[in-house]
Amino acid sequence: MPTVRYMVSCMIRLEGVTKRYADGTVAVDNLSFEAPEGKITVLVGPSGCGKTTSLRMINRMIEPTEGKIFVDGKDASSLKPAELRRSIGYVIQHAGLFPHRTVLSNVQTVPNLLKWDKKRAKDRAMEVLELVGLGGDFAKRYPGQLSGGQQQRVGVARALAGDPTVMLMDEPFSAIDPVVREVLQDEFLSLQERLGTTIVMVTHDIDEAIKLGHRIAVLREGGTLAQFSSPDDLLAHPNDDFVAGFVGRDRGYRALSFQRAEVPIYPAQPVELGDRPLPDEEWSIVVDANRHPIGWVERDAVEGPISQSDLQLGGTLAEEHGSLRGFLDAALSSPSGRGVVVNEGRLVGTLRPQEVLQIIRKAPRPSGDTIAGDSE
Amino acid sequence: MISSVFDWLSTPANWEGDRGIISQTLTHLEYSLIALVCAALIAVPMGLYIGHTGRGRVVAVSIAGGFRAIPSLGVLFIAVLLLLPRLRGELAFALPSLIVLVILAIPPILSGVYAGIAEVDPAARDAAKGMGMTGSQVLWQVEVPNALPLMFSGMRSAMLQIIATATIAAVVGLGGLGRFLIDGQATRDYDEMAGGALLVAALALLVDFVFGLVQRFVVSPGLTKTA
Ligand SMILES: Nc1ncnc2c1ncn2[C@@H]1O[C@H](COP(=O)(O)OP(=O)(O)OP(=O)(O)O)[C@@H](O)[C@H]1O
Ligand SMILES: [Mg+2]
Repeated sequence: MPTVRYMVSCMIRLEGVTKRYADGTVAVDNLSFEAPEGKITVLVGPSGCGKTTSLRMINRMIEPTEGKIFVDGKDASSLKPAELRRSIGYVIQHAGLFPHRTVLSNVQTVPNLLKWDKKRAKDRAMEVLELVGLGGDFAKRYPGQLSGGQQQRVGVARALAGDPTVMLMDEPFSAIDPVVREVLQDEFLSLQERLGTTIVMVTHDIDEAIKLGHRIAVLREGGTLAQFSSPDDLLAHPNDDFVAGFVGRDRGYRALSFQRAEVPIYPAQPVELGDRPLPDEEWSIVVDANRHPIGWVERDAVEGPISQSDLQLGGTLAEEHGSLRGFLDAALSSPSGRGVVVNEGRLVGTLRPQEVLQIIRKAPRPSGDTIAGDSE
Repeated sequence: MISSVFDWLSTPANWEGDRGIISQTLTHLEYSLIALVCAALIAVPMGLYIGHTGRGRVVAVSIAGGFRAIPSLGVLFIAVLLLLPRLRGELAFALPSLIVLVILAIPPILSGVYAGIAEVDPAARDAAKGMGMTGSQVLWQVEVPNALPLMFSGMRSAMLQIIATATIAAVVGLGGLGRFLIDGQATRDYDEMAGGALLVAALALLVDFVFGLVQRFVVSPGLTKTA
């Protein structure tokens, strides 16, 4: 008889875990959750709510006072700490690089502990450094010669090097500027999807949690679990005022990221640099030779052929099969009042803000009282 | 005065023979190195243990402080009095001198090693554990390499003190550069005394220079260069 597996198996399970420090501080209180295999589970909450403590109990850097933790079906307390830790990639809150070792040798730490042969360890280290955008000469530098953000990226590379199936990451992107952070988060997501690594990640940034998490555990002060759910569910149905407040005042807008709907898209006739604006349209959209939109021109503001300096930039581009948030953002940020829709970068057409809003109005509204989010 | 000291130093006869400058310098160096090695054998493991485990810090501090207060000459005479009846020949005098030098060298070495290990960035130590290093791997792969600069300064200051104090061996009739100080005083040959003192200082500088070279070779550039 064939067996059918319905459930995604769980890689890490916490059962009623409590941590009381020697001085009596209860950092984590009766915490239970499951981190599904091959997914990203994010622990989020205000400073001091026990995120780091929870994470470090998983690789036994801290021993729980009560409760049990299972990693890949095995009771963590029955495993040898050093062996358990070698099998789990760990990104430490403030990078924690070894100052006396080069970047390369930092990254090779776990492969060396696992006694891989030298060539394989080195190749692997170079490969993961490349992945975090620190290829080439960075390998030879020492941590003291890197910026804080670069050190953090080396920390991520070091955790990836041993090909772990499980990774624990403590605020891995906190010291990186917003632009690079976005890029790294995107790369990290596609990497995670490709490798199917099970990740438990800590952040205090709710946007990061929502962007990266398949599951989000919101902790509150005192180390209790306030809510454990998927990001869309968290935004749409916060359990209580604390969660609603933590998720923030623009959660309604953020929730649009998870809503997909058909929006009427109108074909648009583009022009190119050197053409004249369309005579019947107040605004014309300008594309390059590959039909990639590069800006708008206003008919009455241009005399003669369109030049680079006539272009009004601005406006985010909405992906044709993207979310309502993308549509609304494109519509609101466009100088012409019409949002630009693209597919793989190429112009598809435009959309109208009123119609996007109408669709949003008809879409299911987030529940919970609306004032809760404004309590700051 | 200065020129006559120079005369003493530049007289070839003073350099030759088994009581000459070269031979006494080698003897001096030999005592000093033996003392340093003995002191290191005692102080380094203690410092590593205390720094790594955080246990026995009070012991380290009191040894480091207490030993410094012990007067060298006093120890020398007591040790000679105690050991003379039990040992024969030169050893009865060499061992007490060695004990004095070892006692002198333990505090700087111990505090260098202990402080070096204790001051390793806790984040690096934590990371080492988190990557799956065992206790001894953390010690040898992370703590010791990071503690080397302070360990070296402890060793170097111990060595300077040993070289300066090894002149004491001459007091109980043994060789070394101290001979020139003691003999010079006995015969009121102030050139010989001053020459001997200069030689002790020169030896100390030279040895320190060599230690400095070794240090540059052994300590990771990651700990010294940040630019
Ligand atoms: N070794 C310790 N001894 C006593 N109390 C501790 C210890 N480590 C952490 N705590 C306390 O436990 C609580 C949770 O700490 P933890 O580091 O897990 O918080 P966190 O959620 O990671 O915070 P942050 O966002 O600031 O990193 C805090 O109140 C902290 O002061
Ligand atoms: Mg933390």
